[in-house]
Amino acid sequence: MATSTSSNVNMDELEGTAKKSSKNGINSKLDLVINNRKHANYVFDILEYLQADKDKDVVSAVNASKKLFCVLLKRGDLFVGKLPSEEDILSADHNAEQKYRMFMRHRYNICKDLLLELIHHESFKVKESALVTLMKFVSVEGRFPLLAKDWEEHYHFPRELLKAVAGQLLSENEDMALLISRFQEFLEMADVRYYIMRSISDSVVRVMGKAKGVILPVYQGNVFLLTSSICMPTQEAELSNFLVKQAAKQGDWKAAKLKEHKRAFEQMWICFLKYKLPSSMYKKVLVILHDSILPHMSKPTLMIDFLTAAYDVGGAISLLALNGLFVLIHQHNLDYPDFYKKLYSLLEPSVFHVKYRARFFHLTNIFLSSSHLPIYLVAAFAKRLSRLALTAPPATLLMILPFICNLIRRHPACRVLIHRLSASDEPCDDPYLMEVDDPAHCHALESSLWELQTLQKHYHPDVAKAAIAINKPLTEQEDDISKLLELSAYEMFERSLKEKENQAVPLELEVATQLLQGSGAVLRAHFSLE
Amino acid sequence: MKFTERSNTFLLPHEIHNLQMGKPQKKSLADKVRRTKTSTEIKNNPFEVKINRKKFEVLGQKTKHDVGLPGVSRSKAIQKRKDTLLKEYKQKDKSNKFIDRRFGEYDTKMAPEDKILKRFALERQRTHDRKDMYNLNEEEELTHYGQSLAEIEKFNDAVDSDSDSEEKGLLSAELTASHFGGGGGLLRKKTAGEKGNEGDQKQKSRQELIDELIMKSKQQKRERQNQKEESQVLTEKLDQDWKSIQVLLSKKPPKSENKEDEQKPKLEEYDMMVRELGFEMKAQPSEKMKTPEEVAREEKERLQKMEADRLRRMQGDLEESGGEKQVHWSADDLNDGFILDKEDKRTLSYQDGKWNIEEEVEKEEEEEVEEGGDDDEEEGESGQEEGSQSDAESEEENEGSDEEEGHSDLDSEEESEGEEELPPKPSSSLSEEERLAEQEVAKAELPYTFTAPENYSDLKSLIHGHSPEKQLLIVERIQKCNHPSLAVGNKVKLQKLFGFLLEYIGELATRSPPGLDTINKLIPQLCGLCQLFPAAACKAMQTVLSDSAHEMEEAIEVKGRTSFPGLDMLIYLKITALLFPTSDFRHPVVTPALMYISQALTKCPVTTLEEVTSGLVLCCLVLEYVTLSQRFVPELINFLLGLLHLAVPVKQSLGYPVVPPFRPVGKSCNLLVMRNAEGAESWSKKTLPLAGVQGLSLPSEVERDHYRLSSLATCLDLVKRCASLYKSLPSFDHVFQPIRILLAKHLPVESFPAHIKDLHREILELISGAPTLHPPLVFEKKKPIPLKLFTPKIVEVLDYGKKRGSSKQERERERLKHKYKKEFKGALREIRKDTKFLAREKLSEIMSRDSERKRKVKELFGSLATQEGEWKALKRRKK
Repeated sequence: MATSTSSNVNMDELEGTAKKSSKNGINSKLDLVINNRKHANYVFDILEYLQADKDKDVVSAVNASKKLFCVLLKRGDLFVGKLPSEEDILSADHNAEQKYRMFMRHRYNICKDLLLELIHHESFKVKESALVTLMKFVSVEGRFPLLAKDWEEHYHFPRELLKAVAGQLLSENEDMALLISRFQEFLEMADVRYYIMRSISDSVVRVMGKAKGVILPVYQGNVFLLTSSICMPTQEAELSNFLVKQAAKQGDWKAAKLKEHKRAFEQMWICFLKYKLPSSMYKKVLVILHDSILPHMSKPTLMIDFLTAAYDVGGAISLLALNGLFVLIHQHNLDYPDFYKKLYSLLEPSVFHVKYRARFFHLTNIFLSSSHLPIYLVAAFAKRLSRLALTAPPATLLMILPFICNLIRRHPACRVLIHRLSASDEPCDDPYLMEVDDPAHCHALESSLWELQTLQKHYHPDVAKAAIAINKPLTEQEDDISKLLELSAYEMFERSLKEKENQAVPLELEVATQLLQGSGAVLRAHFSLE
Repeated sequence: MKFTERSNTFLLPHEIHNLQMGKPQKKSLADKVRRTKTSTEIKNNPFEVKINRKKFEVLGQKTKHDVGLPGVSRSKAIQKRKDTLLKEYKQKDKSNKFIDRRFGEYDTKMAPEDKILKRFALERQRTHDRKDMYNLNEEEELTHYGQSLAEIEKFNDAVDSDSDSEEKGLLSAELTASHFGGGGGLLRKKTAGEKGNEGDQKQKSRQELIDELIMKSKQQKRERQNQKEESQVLTEKLDQDWKSIQVLLSKKPPKSENKEDEQKPKLEEYDMMVRELGFEMKAQPSEKMKTPEEVAREEKERLQKMEADRLRRMQGDLEESGGEKQVHWSADDLNDGFILDKEDKRTLSYQDGKWNIEEEVEKEEEEEVEEGGDDDEEEGESGQEEGSQSDAESEEENEGSDEEEGHSDLDSEEESEGEEELPPKPSSSLSEEERLAEQEVAKAELPYTFTAPENYSDLKSLIHGHSPEKQLLIVERIQKCNHPSLAVGNKVKLQKLFGFLLEYIGELATRSPPGLDTINKLIPQLCGLCQLFPAAACKAMQTVLSDSAHEMEEAIEVKGRTSFPGLDMLIYLKITALLFPTSDFRHPVVTPALMYISQALTKCPVTTLEEVTSGLVLCCLVLEYVTLSQRFVPELINFLLGLLHLAVPVKQSLGYPVVPPFRPVGKSCNLLVMRNAEGAESWSKKTLPLAGVQGLSLPSEVERDHYRLSSLATCLDLVKRCASLYKSLPSFDHVFQPIRILLAKHLPVESFPAHIKDLHREILELISGAPTLHPPLVFEKKKPIPLKLFTPKIVEVLDYGKKRGSSKQERERERLKHKYKKEFKGALREIRKDTKFLAREKLSEIMSRDSERKRKVKELFGSLATQEGEWKALKRRKK
């Protein structure tokens, strides 16, 4: 045992020295390359380390190359203009200075390629440092452009490099969530954001065009992550943070204009949403649509097609599309035929169990708050909701019961649902037709809300109390359901625990002697202790 | 009689003046008439009477002033003025006059003896009562200093025992009487007492009299002191004499005296006894022995009362508004819904000799202790050592108690051994044989007293290694040894014991295989403890529930779903139903428990047969919870529908909605679909094992099919129970419609055994009858609000003619103001009348004076005329 540990220690020491030596070596070589052109060939060693096995070596190499090429760029030691191939350099007659610059430029290009490859490295640390280095190159290259100024251009931005970075980020095989979140800090800069949006649109068109209607979940996930992490400015003045400070006036630069930003943003989203999405992606998009996409579009009406399609999908996606549709109807005069009919058909038992329940009922509440709705429609909604309430969990019931009461309050003509005076003695069957999807033909107005009467026998005391409200004429004041929308079963549970803590606890009358004893003895009838 | 008349007239002062005036006052004619006429005559004379007209007749009112007699009142007023004002006026510029009313004081003609006699007679007359008028032979009672002489003579010597001060007081009283009586009494006495011998003597002066009196009193005092001293000396002498004689008289032997001495303490003892007995509490009349019938009847009444109480709680405050229940309304009820609920009110009471307020404090303590519950074993051991000490203390009590039931075979030696020995703690390192052997020993030597465990590991070490029966016995003994009435801290200990038992049960349930048998045995103990400490039990159950619900909630937040609660939670839920009334409208434990089950039934997806079992157990529990109260649980129906859906082989064109956690299609959607038809034939109805929740070992497909069928049968039975339970709900049809469609159209009944077929048929019969008809909803009828009526408001008026509507002070002020005004006016009037009267008097005076002068002038003229005439006549005659 003792021997083995000592050998381990030795091994560690050895490794430690090796590591140190490699790091020291890289740094010393870096110094040599920077300080003396004679040692320019050490750059190969540095680039070699970029492909090393150990993460630490790679990271230090990445850092070294960052330092090296930044210095070279600033010095102007890289060839500017159209770069001849390496063979041409040898054949053509260039002076030593030019040759050196061309040589270094080639090394720089190779370094960039290697770094772009490193973005797919297993280690996040490597990935991260590669990304940061590339973005550093972007910023330095922007200041010291590598393109010859053969034509009048004032605005330099290394678009190609950024596009390549974007292309690497939007991987088709790998989930880049972590790196994208790291990338978010660069997206705060207006120029990076603008060019990234442009590159995303290009990338989506290219990749999805190739896929031909096939869903690429990973790729689309990456695209969604990147696009959704773009935080759009709302005012022109906010466009002040740039990665590359332009020497000339910024007024004409596209990246400095909000309008251009909006256009790019819009184009990016439309390109992305044009193709078929996985359903989870659909939901994600719809969740943020009304909040962070529609306000930043120059023409939100372009989303109508997407939203109507989503609304027709059914289920949770329809529920979510409702929100975007609401924005369009409310703010952009969208006229949607049979909107209420569709909304009516959305009411299914599952509505009470989905995650977006609160959002859906919030919107439904808004849609049904109009006093110009026909009575039959409101009655149909009230009746359908109460029928569905027969399967709802108590947390939802606490919300839906005041909801129905509010509907009746808003439309006093609906009071017949809970108070029908004519022929009050004759019992009748429920004339309401649940299966009919058209609220106009479901005979809701001829029915009564017996379901609420049923719920008066609900096991939860609060629900029973809420249901008993229909026994008396409703109060004028509407109930505030905004607090009840988010009510969860766990909150109710907690509340029921807290209630009446300091009161005497009633006990069961008969003292039990066996486990399976009890009222009804249902458990004993079906289960045995063995 | 003559004298009196005269003296009376004499004593009227104004008549003196009148007499002095010389000429009597002239009186008006009217006055004369009035005086002569009687009052009735005046009243009947219409000319005298002035009638005050009344505006309205008021019933029952008595008026004083309906008839006025102006003449009478005027003459009265004039008379009064004459008596008073006129006199003042007459005496206006005159000096005062002293009027001596003594009889014959200024009468020089009268002899002084006569005068005194007369005066004495007058005085006698004044004191003489009317009733004595005809008392002829009444002797005059002679007095001396106001006391009758006869009496003084009678009690001459009786004064000696009186103290000086009293005498002084008596004397001084007499003195003062004589001093402040104005001397009249003194004089009188003198006249009375010394009439005979002092008749000739001149009257003594006042100073002399007083001196005499003082002299006399001093003398008397001295005499009395002397007397007293003498009598004291005499009595002392007599006492001494008596003593000397007494010794001679009592010739009895001294023994008798001793005897008396002995008797005395005896008597005291006896007295003490008597007194003690007197003060001792009287024996309270105890309740008479009840006959079995009485006991039974009382028990029945108690049960009825409790059942009524349960119903009340079940209905909660919901149906109090319901009309069917006749609620007693107090006359003082404000009808504001405020009801003093006796059950819910926490009253200050004594519990085991302590205020029940302390419970909360103890609870806190308990929590504190529980925090420190995870102590190492050393503490536990030391606790046990302490316990062994306390064992000795509690031995006596246990000897008397009859807890050795069923252990009569243990002889006393073993018992004593057991008391000395601590409960064995078999360590896991011991070999199997050793352990067994030790167990044998332990079984034989089960101690009779246990200390209450301080923490859970204590309990475990106490219980570990015993058979369920022994464990039960141990717990029972712990409970008995630490009964709250035995020591102060026991209550807390037992409350903790409840928590430990719960924990132990949870641990038993999580074992595999679960120790359900032991749990079953422990139930009565748990119930007993719960009956003792409902609040602590409630708290413990709530903690268990909230911990588990919290876990569940975390899982739901992360994944959106959760797994079914373990067997321990199921057992806890079952125990909740055993301990607490499930039918209450709202209960601090049962309501959360139901919420918990509901959450489990909606959030836990069913993917395995074990989960089916868990779900079925939960369904059974829910059904048990609501059997009594018949409350509606939508989750139960949803879940049962989902389970049945798992048994439907063909999932196309479903006519019913499937509610989460179940999905219409997907993996594990055919969980309960039969794989082979053979399984159906060999299946027979069996109860499912509770342990199936933890894991099932069903190697073959046939066994699995059997299990599926059992689950399905259970499920169908539950549906049947639900259907009969909810038959009365208004929406019964709609609630069961999905199940009806599923059973009728989709379930492959043909392939199932006969038992399930029967069940299926019964359910369909139950739920597919003709749709029940309901009257449309109407609001509850309520009493119509009475119309506003415009009847006048009636205010009782008790004092007519007085101003109302103001406060008492204001009214008093008004009254005084009015009175002042009236008085002021009256005074003005009086003054005016007075001046008028005076003016009239003055005028008449002047007139009389004038007429006098005229008369005198006339006289003078006349005399002069006569003189003149005479002179002229003389002259003529002379001529």
